[in-house]
Amino acid sequence: MIAGGFGVGKTTFVGSVSEIVPLTTEAVLTAASVGVDDTEPVRGKTTTTVAMDFGRITLDSDLILYLFGTPGQDRFWFMWDDLVRGAIGAIVLVDTRRLAACFAAVDYFEHRELPFIVAINCFDGELRHSVDDVREALAIRSEVPIVLCDARIRESAKATLIELVELAVATATAAYKPARA
Amino acid sequence: MSTQNGDSVDPGRRNPGRLVRPYTLTGGRTRPSHADLELEALVSTTSLGESTDLSLSYEQQSIAMLCRDVLSVAEVSARLDLPLGVARVLVADMADEGLVIVHRPTIPGDRPDLALLERVLYGLRTI
Repeated sequence: MIAGGFGVGKTTFVGSVSEIVPLTTEAVLTAASVGVDDTEPVRGKTTTTVAMDFGRITLDSDLILYLFGTPGQDRFWFMWDDLVRGAIGAIVLVDTRRLAACFAAVDYFEHRELPFIVAINCFDGELRHSVDDVREALAIRSEVPIVLCDARIRESAKATLIELVELAVATATAAYKPARA
Repeated sequence: MSTQNGDSVDPGRRNPGRLVRPYTLTGGRTRPSHADLELEALVSTTSLGESTDLSLSYEQQSIAMLCRDVLSVAEVSARLDLPLGVARVLVADMADEGLVIVHRPTIPGDRPDLALLERVLYGLRTI
């Protein structure tokens, strides 16, 4: 899963590594669902459409990795539950000019105990805050890797994916060992 | 004027609108007959689904054509410009009728196991 605030570069990231031009799927939601996370549930019969972009990487003849960008608006978090099922993990893309936009994603993955890393998307190679500053500002635990990336560059996006899967492997290994003992 | 850019699409802007209400395509049902199909569940057309002498709906024909190459439920939705919920219902019904086979993740609801993760890691390093 590729998460982060609106306009942070999720689709750009997916497009850099995907073998297909990112596709968009739409889910039609009823107002009742939309109100789930709100303090004032929406009344009435309106529907809304939420769009999710995704891409694909064929890793082997029988192994396809799908990259799903989360819907950008916070109020569609519950859609993420669909994406979390069976997911390897999440990359939270961060734009240091708008740090607050990714609080929701960090909180969500911590609660769901899904392996995640934070990737600072450096537009124009520019890093406005140090990694340590970002870790402190977002209260990211020390076990959660924070990496720099440029979502537009394939190798950079790929390296970020590898970082996440390495974390997922380490997490799965740690979970596996006590069970064997 | 739209100020949107980047990673979200305004469907109203991109899509001129559907002539048929989405759920009329599914006979008014919004839940697949199977448990919710995963977005990443893979769909492939069976030889029955490929046979041309069946009277399939337009959407079923489209799905049967598309899924001669294995595609995920999410891709079926995107490529046919159908809402996700509609694609799920149509695919699940076609699976019930033997027109497609759905390959679901091995352990739905659970995390991928270590062996799978290591294959993904190896795959990413070598692409």
